[in-house]
Amino acid sequence: MSLKIVVLAKQVPDTRNVGKDAMTPEGTVNRAALPAIFNPEDLNALEQALRLKDQHPGSTVTILTMGPPRATDVIREGLYRGADGGVLLTDRAFAGADTLATSYALSQAIKKIGMPDIVIGGRQAIDGDTAQVGPQVAQKLDLNQVTYVTSIEKVVDGKIRLLRTIDGGIERVEAPLPILLTVNGNAAPCRPRNAKLVMKYKRALAPMERPADGALPYAEEYEKKPYLTVTQWSVADVDGDLNQCGLAGSPTKVKAVQNIVFKAKESKRLTASDADVEDLVKELLESHTIG
Amino acid sequence: MANCYTDHPELRFELNHPLMKRIVELKERNFRDKELFDYAPLDHEDAMDSYDRVLDIVGEITGTTIADNAEGVDLEGPHHEGDRVRYASGTAQNLDAMVKAGLNGMTMPRRYNGLNFPITPYTMCAEIVAAKDAGFGNIWSLQDCIETLYEFGNEDQHSRFIPRICAGETMSMDLTEPDAGSDLQSVMLKATYDEENDCWRLNGVKRFITNGDADLHLVLARSEEGTTDGRGLSMFIYDKRDGGVNVRRIEHKLGIHGSPTCELVYKNAKAELCGSRKLGLIKYVMALMNGARLGIAAQSVGLSQAAYDEGLAYARDREQFGKAIINFPAVYDMLALMKAKLDAGRALLYQCARYVDIYKALDDISRERKLEADERQEQKKYAKLADSLTPLAKGMNSEYANQNTFDALQIHGGSGFMMDYPIQRYVRDARITNIYEGTTQLQVVAAIRYVTNGSYLAQMREFETAQVSEAMQPLQARAKAMADKFAEAVEHVKAAENQEMHDICARHLVEMAADVIMLHLLMYNATVQPEMFERSARVYANFVEAEIAKHYAWVMHFDAAQLADYRQA
Repeated sequence: MSLKIVVLAKQVPDTRNVGKDAMTPEGTVNRAALPAIFNPEDLNALEQALRLKDQHPGSTVTILTMGPPRATDVIREGLYRGADGGVLLTDRAFAGADTLATSYALSQAIKKIGMPDIVIGGRQAIDGDTAQVGPQVAQKLDLNQVTYVTSIEKVVDGKIRLLRTIDGGIERVEAPLPILLTVNGNAAPCRPRNAKLVMKYKRALAPMERPADGALPYAEEYEKKPYLTVTQWSVADVDGDLNQCGLAGSPTKVKAVQNIVFKAKESKRLTASDADVEDLVKELLESHTIG
Repeated sequence: MANCYTDHPELRFELNHPLMKRIVELKERNFRDKELFDYAPLDHEDAMDSYDRVLDIVGEITGTTIADNAEGVDLEGPHHEGDRVRYASGTAQNLDAMVKAGLNGMTMPRRYNGLNFPITPYTMCAEIVAAKDAGFGNIWSLQDCIETLYEFGNEDQHSRFIPRICAGETMSMDLTEPDAGSDLQSVMLKATYDEENDCWRLNGVKRFITNGDADLHLVLARSEEGTTDGRGLSMFIYDKRDGGVNVRRIEHKLGIHGSPTCELVYKNAKAELCGSRKLGLIKYVMALMNGARLGIAAQSVGLSQAAYDEGLAYARDREQFGKAIINFPAVYDMLALMKAKLDAGRALLYQCARYVDIYKALDDISRERKLEADERQEQKKYAKLADSLTPLAKGMNSEYANQNTFDALQIHGGSGFMMDYPIQRYVRDARITNIYEGTTQLQVVAAIRYVTNGSYLAQMREFETAQVSEAMQPLQARAKAMADKFAEAVEHVKAAENQEMHDICARHLVEMAADVIMLHLLMYNATVQPEMFERSARVYANFVEAEIAKHYAWVMHFDAAQLADYRQA
């Protein structure tokens, strides 16, 4: 059977390589100092989607992302790896969304795309680390959901069989479609960009990315090749309720942001003896630092 | 995230050479593919942008997957299971990543699912990959054997085999035998025509075959019974799907552990002829080897880059006598020389690659239509230039890779001798580069005719008329004096009219030629991009000036009477 798959992806600041310029003096993220990247676990999710597409010819993979126009990078990166298309949700009214408003916007967009067999995304984004958006989208669309997915084994007869990470092991789960899945970072890494796809899609743009002065290089190509124009939807396009979008739809408010500097309060000197190492391990286990 | 392409801007510099204009023009033929393939370029800038983006993919895969797997591959090596080869797990992952990225059959026409890339950006990819895993570089780069099948095979063979290589199947070139190494005329593997099944059958043994369990093999075999020399050899295509070739053993090697080196046994293996009978060695293997030599030159430059990176990082990090050792002249002298050799060698490699591109693209056009007179002239000119530079690029870069990895290990001091740092692997991997695909001694044999026929001197004299930056003008004058010394040394050897003296002096003369040509290329680079190359150009000028003085003294003091002191037999 061919599958209709929507991948939820987010463009995030690369918090893995935080330098001293990562925060502004006001305590917000200095986006200029942190390169914008494809959220790592969303890439793991994309790989799972592409593997399903490999196994089920005729399947389609659509990348759905919400963000400013430059978030189209995420869609292009998806196209370079084998996704069939993408949708950029962009509108000033979406700005400032917490997880609730984000999941509302995404679920509205998914309804407009048309109900997929599988909605799949990363477990969480490295900027917010909430792991809430996936489950909330499932709730809003009334979908089954499986979280912490490590790999998808197969899809047969309207059922999906997969492995998920649980405390102390791996669980094998079978669930009926349609379903929403969130994928862990320990799943297979995403495949590289494909040379031909990069050459095919390198000029793909969302309408809002087009230069304001109208001087679009190779403009005639966009007439000939519809796939070079990335679908872009506003709040109105997805029939969104403004009260549930962006800042207005976000009950979460950031009261204050504090810079925390870790300082060693006390330091301990250990020898390399087995006894010292064992004591340290015990201590760390007791304090739940490890284990 | 490391990207082995963008981390080294010298590569992009070489990509943007003005000769690329002509290369793209010849390769894309009015950009006629743009209506047929959604990934074909629309114009020159578009093509160049595509090369750059694809190099970026290669840089990323190399900086992540291949780099991460390199140590494991070196330790694990390939496995001999039954009569087959199973790659080290990291090698299999590397290959999978390259195949998924669509980086196979890069130079093949789009109608066979290739990318229609020129040799130059393809060679850059080979350099990048080899810098992190030279052994894997071999497996991946053997895709360029398909060039030979494309050039000399028939259309039916093209349509059956080329798409498979573009889809990621691997290749090998089965030339060497236990008694036929440098001397390929002695190849004995027997090819007999099987009338009943209307096919050729191969019987015998091949040795030292890189990636010997490949999907598709090009095999040099003796098709003419009763012959003993090169004229009795033909080239065959063996398809692993047909069976009949088994891997008897995998060699245990000093380096390039990722690359399985196999002994193969052919038992009545079904094969088909590639091209015409009797031209196997004299035409096809020569073409094959020229491509492979460029590949080893690229591998060598990659290793030099890796050595320089490792040496530099260690010298910055390591403190002795209260400061980082990079501050000591004895250490930075080594690093500066490594960088100069790297930049000079790379300039030679890509100059050669561009020459190959032009003549091969014209060759390809000539299969479609008759070339115009000026095109024929252009084809001849660049073919000759490419032939003259290929042995220099292979010979010098492989020697430099050995020197650079040696010096980089030296910078590591005692730590470099331990198995804990990557530099020991680079030293071991580099050691084969000046041996396989023709030893340096054989590159000298290939190059010496361009010494004696004046081709290298003519190239130098032409370079001397080039407009260089003010900063490079003193170097250009020094290079001219070096060329004079070279010319004088050549005349001295010629005047002796003694073949043995000629042969023993050959290495000196060829190195002199290479030194001067590389200096000119580096001066050109420094003129275009001073901040990137000026320092290297000056360091290299000092180095080669001393080298040339050394070779000059050696040759000029030599006469045939001294040969007796050298003979050992």
